Amino acid sequence: MIALVPHSWLNNLGIPPWVWNPLSISLHAALEATIVVAVFGVALGFVLAKAHFPGRGAIETVFSLPMALPPTVVGYYLLTRLGGPGPIRNLELHLFGHPLTFTFTGIVVAQIVESFPYCLRFSRAAIADVDPRFEEAARAMGLSRWRVALLVTLPLARRGIVAGIAMAFGRALGDFGATMIISGSVPMATTMPIALYNAVFFGSHEQAMVLALVQLSAAFVILFGVSRLGKVRPW
Amino acid sequence: MTTALDVNVTRKIGEFDLDVAFRVESGITVLFGPSGAGKSLTLSLIAGLLRPDTGTIVINGVVVSDVERRIHISTQDRRIGMVFQDGLLLPHRSVLDNVALAVRQANGRQERREVARSWLQKVGAEDFVERRPGSLSGGQRQRVALARGLAGDPALVLLDEPLSALDSAVRAELRGLIRKVIIASEVPAVLVTHDFEEAEELGDVIVTYNDGRVTGSRVVDRHVEPTTPSPEGTEST
Repeated sequence: MIALVPHSWLNNLGIPPWVWNPLSISLHAALEATIVVAVFGVALGFVLAKAHFPGRGAIETVFSLPMALPPTVVGYYLLTRLGGPGPIRNLELHLFGHPLTFTFTGIVVAQIVESFPYCLRFSRAAIADVDPRFEEAARAMGLSRWRVALLVTLPLARRGIVAGIAMAFGRALGDFGATMIISGSVPMATTMPIALYNAVFFGSHEQAMVLALVQLSAAFVILFGVSRLGKVRPW
Repeated sequence: MTTALDVNVTRKIGEFDLDVAFRVESGITVLFGPSGAGKSLTLSLIAGLLRPDTGTIVINGVVVSDVERRIHISTQDRRIGMVFQDGLLLPHRSVLDNVALAVRQANGRQERREVARSWLQKVGAEDFVERRPGSLSGGQRQRVALARGLAGDPALVLLDEPLSALDSAVRAELRGLIRKVIIASEVPAVLVTHDFEEAEELGDVIVTYNDGRVTGSRVVDRHVEPTTPSPEGTEST
Protein backbone atom coordinates (compact mmCIF):
# COMPACT_ATOMS: atom_id res chain seq x y z
CA MET A 1 0.00 0.00 0.00
CA ILE A 2 2.88 2.29 0.63
CA ALA A 3 5.21 1.75 -2.30
CA LEU A 4 5.34 4.85 -4.45
CA VAL A 5 7.26 3.10 -7.25
CA PRO A 6 7.61 -0.62 -8.07
CA HIS A 7 10.19 -2.45 -5.96
CA SER A 8 11.76 -3.91 -9.09
CA TRP A 9 12.82 -0.39 -10.08
CA LEU A 10 14.49 0.10 -6.72
CA ASN A 11 16.29 -3.23 -6.97
CA ASN A 12 17.56 -2.22 -10.41
CA LEU A 13 18.75 1.09 -8.98
CA GLY A 14 20.47 -0.72 -6.13
CA ILE A 15 18.47 1.01 -3.38
CA PRO A 16 18.22 -1.39 -0.44
CA PRO A 17 14.84 -1.99 1.24
CA TRP A 18 16.12 -0.66 4.59
CA VAL A 19 16.43 2.73 2.89
CA TRP A 20 13.46 2.59 0.59
CA ASN A 21 10.83 1.25 2.97
CA PRO A 22 11.16 3.93 5.65
CA LEU A 23 11.70 6.62 3.02
CA SER A 24 8.58 5.52 1.18
CA ILE A 25 6.54 5.48 4.39
CA SER A 26 7.89 8.90 5.37
CA LEU A 27 7.16 10.47 1.99
CA HIS A 28 3.75 8.90 1.75
CA ALA A 29 2.68 9.89 5.26
CA ALA A 30 4.09 13.40 4.93
CA LEU A 31 2.35 13.86 1.59
CA GLU A 32 -1.03 12.78 2.95
CA ALA A 33 -0.59 14.89 6.08
CA THR A 34 0.44 17.91 4.02
CA ILE A 35 -2.61 17.66 1.75
CA VAL A 36 -4.91 17.73 4.78
CA VAL A 37 -2.89 20.47 6.45
CA ALA A 38 -2.81 22.60 3.28
CA VAL A 39 -6.59 22.51 2.85
CA PHE A 40 -7.55 23.14 6.46
CA GLY A 41 -4.53 25.25 7.41
CA VAL A 42 -5.04 27.74 4.58
CA ALA A 43 -8.80 27.83 5.19
CA LEU A 44 -8.38 28.51 8.89
CA GLY A 45 -5.57 30.98 8.17
CA PHE A 46 -7.94 32.83 5.85
CA VAL A 47 -10.68 32.98 8.47
CA LEU A 48 -8.28 34.17 11.17
CA ALA A 49 -6.81 36.82 8.86
CA LYS A 50 -10.10 38.15 7.53
CA ALA A 51 -12.88 37.56 10.03
CA HIS A 52 -13.21 39.65 13.16
CA PHE A 53 -14.65 37.77 16.08
CA PRO A 54 -13.74 37.32 19.73
CA GLY A 55 -11.39 34.43 20.49
CA ARG A 56 -9.37 34.59 17.26
CA GLY A 57 -6.13 34.79 19.21
CA ALA A 58 -7.15 31.88 21.41
CA ILE A 59 -7.92 29.70 18.38
CA GLU A 60 -4.57 30.46 16.80
CA THR A 61 -2.79 29.77 20.07
CA VAL A 62 -4.52 26.41 20.53
CA PHE A 63 -3.70 25.27 16.99
CA SER A 64 -0.13 26.54 17.37
CA LEU A 65 0.59 24.68 20.61
CA PRO A 66 2.42 21.79 18.90
CA MET A 67 5.09 24.29 17.80
CA ALA A 68 5.96 25.02 21.41
CA LEU A 69 5.37 21.56 22.89
CA PRO A 70 7.91 18.75 22.81
CA PRO A 71 6.69 16.30 20.10
CA THR A 72 6.64 13.54 22.71
CA VAL A 73 3.97 15.45 24.62
CA VAL A 74 1.89 15.70 21.44
CA GLY A 75 2.48 11.99 20.86
CA TYR A 76 1.45 11.17 24.43
CA TYR A 77 -1.82 13.05 24.13
CA LEU A 78 -2.53 11.47 20.75
CA LEU A 79 -1.78 8.00 22.11
CA THR A 80 -4.05 8.45 25.09
CA ARG A 81 -6.83 10.18 23.11
CA LEU A 82 -6.70 7.91 20.03
CA GLY A 83 -5.83 4.74 21.89
CA GLY A 84 -7.72 5.12 25.15
CA PRO A 85 -11.40 4.39 25.65
CA GLY A 86 -13.82 7.15 24.78
CA PRO A 87 -15.75 8.79 21.97
CA ILE A 88 -12.66 9.39 19.80
CA ARG A 89 -11.76 5.71 19.82
CA ASN A 90 -15.38 4.83 19.07
CA LEU A 91 -15.27 7.17 16.09
CA GLU A 92 -12.02 5.53 14.88
CA LEU A 93 -13.65 2.11 15.11
CA HIS A 94 -16.70 3.40 13.27
CA LEU A 95 -14.68 5.04 10.47
CA PHE A 96 -11.70 2.69 10.08
CA GLY A 97 -12.75 -0.50 11.82
CA HIS A 98 -9.71 -0.38 14.13
CA PRO A 99 -7.94 2.08 16.41
CA LEU A 100 -5.41 4.36 14.73
CA THR A 101 -2.58 3.75 17.18
CA PHE A 102 0.32 1.69 15.78
CA THR A 103 -0.91 2.16 12.20
CA PHE A 104 0.15 4.17 9.17
CA THR A 105 -2.97 6.35 9.50
CA GLY A 106 -1.96 7.08 13.08
CA ILE A 107 1.35 8.42 11.80
CA VAL A 108 -0.47 10.65 9.34
CA VAL A 109 -2.66 12.00 12.17
CA ALA A 110 0.42 12.72 14.30
CA GLN A 111 2.11 14.51 11.42
CA ILE A 112 -1.04 16.56 10.72
CA VAL A 113 -1.08 17.77 14.32
CA GLU A 114 2.66 18.51 14.33
CA SER A 115 2.77 20.33 10.98
CA PHE A 116 -0.57 22.19 11.08
CA PRO A 117 0.71 25.26 12.98
CA TYR A 118 3.36 26.02 10.35
CA CYS A 119 0.86 26.13 7.51
CA LEU A 120 -1.67 28.01 9.61
CA ARG A 121 0.69 30.74 10.81
CA PHE A 122 2.43 31.30 7.47
CA SER A 123 -0.91 31.39 5.63
CA ARG A 124 -2.55 33.72 8.11
CA ALA A 125 0.37 36.13 8.00
CA ALA A 126 0.54 36.06 4.19
CA ILE A 127 -3.20 36.58 3.76
CA ALA A 128 -3.26 39.40 6.33
CA ASP A 129 -0.41 41.08 4.42
CA VAL A 130 -2.35 41.32 1.16
CA ASP A 131 -3.11 44.97 0.44
CA PRO A 132 -6.87 45.21 1.10
CA ARG A 133 -7.22 47.80 -1.65
CA PHE A 134 -6.74 45.05 -4.25
CA GLU A 135 -9.69 43.23 -2.69
CA GLU A 136 -11.74 46.45 -2.65
CA ALA A 137 -10.90 47.00 -6.32
CA ALA A 138 -12.02 43.45 -7.10
CA ARG A 139 -15.29 43.93 -5.23
CA ALA A 140 -15.88 47.14 -7.15
CA MET A 141 -15.41 45.03 -10.31
CA GLY A 142 -18.42 43.00 -9.20
CA LEU A 143 -16.57 39.92 -7.94
CA SER A 144 -18.29 38.04 -5.12
CA ARG A 145 -16.46 37.47 -1.84
CA TRP A 146 -15.64 33.90 -2.84
CA ARG A 147 -14.21 34.98 -6.18
CA VAL A 148 -12.23 37.76 -4.51
CA ALA A 149 -10.74 35.16 -2.15
CA LEU A 150 -9.92 32.70 -4.92
CA LEU A 151 -8.86 35.09 -7.67
CA VAL A 152 -7.25 37.89 -5.67
CA THR A 153 -6.40 37.20 -2.04
CA LEU A 154 -4.99 33.67 -2.27
CA PRO A 155 -2.93 34.29 -5.44
CA LEU A 156 -1.46 37.46 -3.92
CA ALA A 157 -0.63 35.56 -0.72
CA ARG A 158 0.67 32.50 -2.52
CA ARG A 159 4.34 32.91 -1.65
CA GLY A 160 3.64 32.84 2.06
CA ILE A 161 1.12 30.05 1.65
CA VAL A 162 3.53 27.92 -0.38
CA ALA A 163 6.26 28.59 2.18
CA GLY A 164 3.88 27.48 4.94
CA ILE A 165 2.97 24.29 3.11
CA ALA A 166 6.64 23.59 2.46
CA MET A 167 7.44 24.12 6.12
CA ALA A 168 4.56 21.83 7.10
CA PHE A 169 5.80 19.15 4.73
CA GLY A 170 9.31 19.43 6.12
CA ARG A 171 7.99 19.22 9.67
CA ALA A 172 5.88 16.17 8.83
CA LEU A 173 8.78 14.49 7.08
CA GLY A 174 11.12 15.07 10.00
CA ASP A 175 8.78 14.33 12.89
CA PHE A 176 10.16 11.80 15.33
CA GLY A 177 8.70 12.13 18.81
CA ALA A 178 4.97 12.13 18.10
CA THR A 179 5.32 9.58 15.29
CA MET A 180 7.43 7.27 17.46
CA ILE A 181 4.90 7.27 20.29
CA ILE A 182 1.83 6.84 18.08
CA SER A 183 3.39 4.17 15.81
CA GLY A 184 5.46 2.29 18.34
CA SER A 185 8.00 1.63 15.57
CA VAL A 186 6.09 -1.28 14.08
CA PRO A 187 7.62 -2.28 10.71
CA MET A 188 4.78 -0.98 8.51
CA ALA A 189 4.92 2.33 10.31
CA THR A 190 8.65 2.96 10.53
CA THR A 191 9.51 6.35 9.12
CA MET A 192 12.99 7.61 8.24
CA PRO A 193 13.67 9.30 11.58
CA ILE A 194 12.58 6.15 13.43
CA ALA A 195 14.70 3.95 11.14
CA LEU A 196 17.64 6.23 11.83
CA TYR A 197 17.03 6.00 15.58
CA ASN A 198 16.81 2.20 15.34
CA ALA A 199 20.05 2.05 13.32
CA VAL A 200 21.88 4.14 15.91
CA PHE A 201 20.31 2.20 18.78
CA PHE A 202 21.37 -1.14 17.33
CA GLY A 203 24.84 0.12 16.37
CA SER A 204 24.44 0.05 12.56
CA HIS A 205 26.41 3.23 12.04
CA GLU A 206 26.81 2.84 8.29
CA GLN A 207 23.07 2.44 7.87
CA ALA A 208 22.53 5.40 10.17
CA MET A 209 24.88 7.53 8.09
CA VAL A 210 23.12 6.61 4.85
CA LEU A 211 19.65 7.15 6.33
CA ALA A 212 20.68 10.55 7.70
CA LEU A 213 22.18 11.58 4.38
CA VAL A 214 19.11 10.43 2.43
CA GLN A 215 16.84 12.37 4.75
CA LEU A 216 19.01 15.45 4.54
CA SER A 217 19.00 15.28 0.74
CA ALA A 218 15.29 14.57 0.48
CA ALA A 219 14.42 17.45 2.79
CA PHE A 220 16.70 19.82 0.89
CA VAL A 221 15.42 18.84 -2.56
CA ILE A 222 11.75 18.93 -1.58
CA LEU A 223 11.87 22.17 0.38
CA PHE A 224 14.00 23.90 -2.24
CA GLY A 225 11.72 22.69 -5.03
CA VAL A 226 8.52 23.69 -3.29
CA SER A 227 9.88 27.08 -2.30
CA ARG A 228 10.74 27.70 -5.97
CA LEU A 229 7.06 27.22 -6.81
CA GLY A 230 6.26 30.44 -5.01
CA LYS A 231 8.57 32.34 -7.32
CA VAL A 232 6.91 31.29 -10.53
CA ARG A 233 5.67 34.16 -12.67
CA PRO A 234 7.13 37.06 -10.76
CA TRP A 235 5.77 40.56 -11.32
CA MET B 1 -34.75 60.95 -16.47
CA THR B 2 -33.49 59.03 -13.41
CA THR B 3 -30.90 60.77 -11.29
CA ALA B 4 -27.63 58.87 -11.67
CA LEU B 5 -26.56 59.48 -8.09
CA ASP B 6 -28.18 61.07 -5.07
CA VAL B 7 -25.97 61.38 -2.00
CA ASN B 8 -27.05 62.69 1.37
CA VAL B 9 -24.85 61.23 4.10
CA THR B 10 -22.84 61.86 7.22
CA ARG B 11 -19.86 59.92 8.49
CA LYS B 12 -17.53 60.58 11.39
CA ILE B 13 -14.02 59.15 11.41
CA GLY B 14 -12.05 60.19 14.48
CA GLU B 15 -12.21 63.98 14.62
CA PHE B 16 -13.19 64.28 10.97
CA ASP B 17 -16.86 64.87 10.31
CA LEU B 18 -18.29 64.42 6.80
CA ASP B 19 -21.74 65.82 6.06
CA VAL B 20 -22.49 66.15 2.35
CA ALA B 21 -25.39 66.15 -0.08
CA PHE B 22 -25.29 66.42 -3.86
CA ARG B 23 -26.77 64.94 -7.03
CA VAL B 24 -25.27 63.72 -10.25
CA GLU B 25 -27.38 63.74 -13.40
CA SER B 26 -25.08 62.88 -16.29
CA GLY B 27 -21.60 63.57 -17.62
CA ILE B 28 -18.65 64.00 -15.28
CA THR B 29 -19.15 65.50 -11.83
CA VAL B 30 -15.92 66.55 -10.19
CA LEU B 31 -15.54 66.62 -6.41
CA PHE B 32 -12.92 69.32 -6.02
CA GLY B 33 -11.19 70.48 -2.87
CA PRO B 34 -8.02 70.31 -0.81
CA SER B 35 -6.57 67.04 0.51
CA GLY B 36 -8.39 65.82 3.59
CA ALA B 37 -11.68 67.50 2.64
CA GLY B 38 -13.54 64.19 2.51
CA LYS B 39 -13.73 63.65 -1.26
CA SER B 40 -12.25 60.14 -1.34
CA LEU B 41 -14.22 59.23 1.78
CA THR B 42 -17.36 60.17 -0.12
CA LEU B 43 -16.34 57.86 -2.98
CA SER B 44 -15.78 55.01 -0.51
CA LEU B 45 -19.30 55.56 0.85
CA ILE B 46 -20.80 55.63 -2.64
CA ALA B 47 -18.90 52.44 -3.52
CA GLY B 48 -20.08 50.74 -0.35
CA LEU B 49 -16.57 50.17 0.94
CA LEU B 50 -17.64 52.11 4.04
CA ARG B 51 -21.06 52.61 5.59
CA PRO B 52 -22.48 56.06 6.33
CA ASP B 53 -23.49 56.95 9.89
CA THR B 54 -26.73 58.51 8.65
CA GLY B 55 -28.40 59.21 5.35
CA THR B 56 -29.01 57.62 1.98
CA ILE B 57 -27.23 56.91 -1.28
CA VAL B 58 -29.24 56.19 -4.42
CA ILE B 59 -27.56 55.00 -7.62
CA ASN B 60 -29.64 55.09 -10.78
CA GLY B 61 -32.89 54.90 -8.81
CA VAL B 62 -31.73 52.03 -6.59
CA VAL B 63 -31.31 52.73 -2.88
CA VAL B 64 -27.89 51.23 -2.14
CA SER B 65 -27.49 52.72 1.35
CA ASP B 66 -30.17 53.80 3.76
CA VAL B 67 -29.08 53.78 7.36
CA GLU B 68 -32.55 54.26 8.79
CA ARG B 69 -34.01 51.39 6.77
CA ARG B 70 -30.89 49.29 7.36
CA ILE B 71 -30.20 48.93 3.66
CA HIS B 72 -26.60 48.36 2.60
CA ILE B 73 -26.06 46.78 -0.78
CA SER B 74 -22.56 45.36 -0.94
CA THR B 75 -19.95 46.86 -3.25
CA GLN B 76 -20.03 44.01 -5.75
CA ASP B 77 -23.78 44.40 -6.25
CA ARG B 78 -23.83 48.17 -6.78
CA ARG B 79 -23.08 48.13 -10.51
CA ILE B 80 -20.27 50.63 -10.22
CA GLY B 81 -16.90 50.91 -11.86
CA MET B 82 -13.90 52.29 -10.01
CA VAL B 83 -10.63 53.81 -11.14
CA PHE B 84 -8.09 54.22 -8.35
CA GLN B 85 -5.20 56.63 -8.02
CA ASP B 86 -2.57 53.94 -8.59
CA GLY B 87 -4.69 51.74 -10.82
CA LEU B 88 -4.75 48.79 -8.43
CA LEU B 89 -4.58 46.36 -11.32
CA LEU B 90 -4.20 42.79 -10.15
CA PRO B 91 -0.46 42.18 -10.48
CA HIS B 92 -0.75 38.43 -11.07
CA ARG B 93 -3.15 38.80 -14.01
CA SER B 94 -2.58 39.99 -17.56
CA VAL B 95 -3.98 43.32 -18.70
CA LEU B 96 -6.71 41.49 -20.63
CA ASP B 97 -7.65 39.35 -17.62
CA ASN B 98 -7.81 42.43 -15.41
CA VAL B 99 -10.43 43.97 -17.65
CA ALA B 100 -12.22 40.70 -18.49
CA LEU B 101 -12.78 39.97 -14.79
CA ALA B 102 -14.78 43.18 -14.53
CA VAL B 103 -17.09 42.33 -17.43
CA ARG B 104 -20.48 41.48 -15.94
CA GLN B 105 -22.72 41.55 -18.98
CA ALA B 106 -21.15 38.80 -21.09
CA ASN B 107 -21.54 35.03 -20.90
CA GLY B 108 -18.50 32.82 -20.97
CA ARG B 109 -14.81 33.52 -20.80
CA GLN B 110 -14.38 34.11 -24.53
CA GLU B 111 -17.16 36.66 -24.72
CA ARG B 112 -15.85 38.47 -21.66
CA ARG B 113 -12.41 38.65 -23.20
CA GLU B 114 -13.86 40.06 -26.42
CA VAL B 115 -15.68 42.79 -24.51
CA ALA B 116 -12.49 43.50 -22.56
CA ARG B 117 -10.47 43.67 -25.75
CA SER B 118 -12.85 46.21 -27.27
CA TRP B 119 -12.57 48.42 -24.17
CA LEU B 120 -8.80 48.18 -24.23
CA GLN B 121 -8.93 49.29 -27.84
CA LYS B 122 -11.05 52.31 -26.91
CA VAL B 123 -8.47 53.49 -24.38
CA GLY B 124 -5.52 52.81 -26.68
CA ALA B 125 -4.22 49.84 -24.70
CA GLU B 126 -4.63 47.18 -27.37
CA ASP B 127 -0.87 46.78 -27.81
CA PHE B 128 -0.20 45.40 -24.35
CA VAL B 129 -3.18 43.17 -23.60
CA GLU B 130 -1.07 40.16 -22.69
CA ARG B 131 1.40 42.03 -20.49
CA ARG B 132 1.40 42.11 -16.72
CA PRO B 133 0.59 45.39 -14.98
CA GLY B 134 4.05 45.45 -13.39
CA SER B 135 5.65 45.95 -16.80
CA LEU B 136 3.48 48.95 -17.73
CA SER B 137 4.17 52.66 -17.28
CA GLY B 138 1.93 54.69 -14.98
CA GLY B 139 0.01 56.14 -17.93
CA GLN B 140 -0.52 52.72 -19.49
CA ARG B 141 -1.76 51.36 -16.16
CA GLN B 142 -4.32 54.14 -15.85
CA ARG B 143 -5.57 53.49 -19.38
CA VAL B 144 -6.15 49.88 -18.41
CA ALA B 145 -7.76 50.95 -15.13
CA LEU B 146 -10.14 53.21 -17.06
CA ALA B 147 -11.07 50.33 -19.38
CA ARG B 148 -11.62 48.10 -16.36
CA GLY B 149 -13.79 50.71 -14.66
CA LEU B 150 -16.09 50.96 -17.68
CA ALA B 151 -16.04 47.39 -18.97
CA GLY B 152 -18.60 46.07 -16.46
CA ASP B 153 -21.44 48.16 -17.91
CA PRO B 154 -21.66 50.20 -14.69
CA ALA B 155 -24.49 52.55 -13.79
CA LEU B 156 -21.88 54.90 -12.37
CA VAL B 157 -18.10 55.15 -12.58
CA LEU B 158 -16.03 56.55 -9.71
CA LEU B 159 -12.55 57.92 -10.34
CA ASP B 160 -10.40 58.63 -7.29
CA GLU B 161 -7.62 61.03 -8.31
CA PRO B 162 -6.84 58.89 -11.37
CA LEU B 163 -4.09 61.19 -12.64
CA SER B 164 -2.39 62.42 -9.51
CA ALA B 165 0.39 59.80 -9.58
CA LEU B 166 1.42 60.70 -13.15
CA ASP B 167 3.82 63.29 -14.49
CA SER B 168 2.36 66.41 -16.09
CA ALA B 169 2.86 65.41 -19.74
CA VAL B 170 1.07 62.08 -19.30
CA ARG B 171 -1.58 63.75 -17.18
CA ALA B 172 -2.43 66.21 -19.91
CA GLU B 173 -2.65 63.40 -22.46
CA LEU B 174 -4.89 61.24 -20.29
CA ARG B 175 -7.28 64.05 -19.34
CA GLY B 176 -8.49 64.24 -22.92
CA LEU B 177 -8.78 60.46 -23.13
CA ILE B 178 -10.73 60.12 -19.88
CA ARG B 179 -13.24 62.77 -20.89
CA LYS B 180 -13.62 61.42 -24.42
CA VAL B 181 -14.13 57.80 -23.34
CA ILE B 182 -16.51 58.54 -20.47
CA ILE B 183 -18.67 60.92 -22.47
CA ALA B 184 -18.79 58.44 -25.37
CA SER B 185 -19.79 55.63 -23.02
CA GLU B 186 -22.63 57.77 -21.60
CA VAL B 187 -21.87 56.43 -18.11
CA PRO B 188 -22.23 59.15 -15.44
CA ALA B 189 -18.99 59.65 -13.55
CA VAL B 190 -17.82 61.13 -10.26
CA LEU B 191 -14.18 62.18 -10.30
CA VAL B 192 -12.18 63.32 -7.30
CA THR B 193 -9.31 65.77 -7.71
CA HIS B 194 -7.54 68.57 -5.90
CA ASP B 195 -6.14 69.94 -9.17
CA PHE B 196 -8.11 72.98 -10.35
CA GLU B 197 -6.99 72.71 -13.97
CA GLU B 198 -8.01 69.05 -14.04
CA ALA B 199 -11.40 69.84 -12.52
CA GLU B 200 -12.06 72.51 -15.14
CA GLU B 201 -10.95 70.37 -18.03
CA LEU B 202 -12.73 67.17 -17.03
CA GLY B 203 -15.87 68.24 -15.22
CA ASP B 204 -19.32 69.12 -16.46
CA VAL B 205 -20.26 70.00 -12.90
CA ILE B 206 -17.83 70.90 -10.14
CA VAL B 207 -18.83 70.28 -6.55
CA THR B 208 -16.48 72.07 -4.18
CA TYR B 209 -15.52 70.44 -0.89
CA ASN B 210 -13.93 71.88 2.20
CA ASP B 211 -13.50 70.30 5.60
CA GLY B 212 -16.14 67.64 5.09
CA ARG B 213 -18.80 69.96 3.66
CA VAL B 214 -20.01 70.87 0.18
CA THR B 215 -19.26 74.56 -0.14
CA GLY B 216 -20.48 75.16 -3.68
CA SER B 217 -21.51 73.67 -6.98
CA ARG B 218 -21.38 75.04 -10.50
CA VAL B 219 -21.85 73.91 -14.05
CA VAL B 220 -18.76 74.25 -16.23
CA ASP B 221 -19.39 76.31 -19.32
CA ARG B 222 -18.38 74.00 -22.14
CA HIS B 223 -19.85 76.17 -24.85
CA VAL B 224 -17.28 76.44 -27.61
CA GLU B 225 -17.88 78.41 -30.78
CA PRO B 226 -18.20 75.82 -33.52
CA THR B 227 -15.81 76.27 -36.35
CA THR B 228 -17.87 77.22 -39.39
CA PRO B 229 -17.36 74.69 -42.11
CA SER B 230 -16.31 76.11 -45.39
CA PRO B 231 -18.92 75.84 -48.09
CA GLU B 232 -18.02 73.29 -50.68
CA GLY B 233 -15.94 74.59 -53.47
CA THR B 234 -15.06 77.84 -51.74
CA GLU B 235 -11.86 76.68 -50.04
CA SER B 236 -9.59 77.58 -52.92
CA THR B 237 -9.78 80.59 -55.03
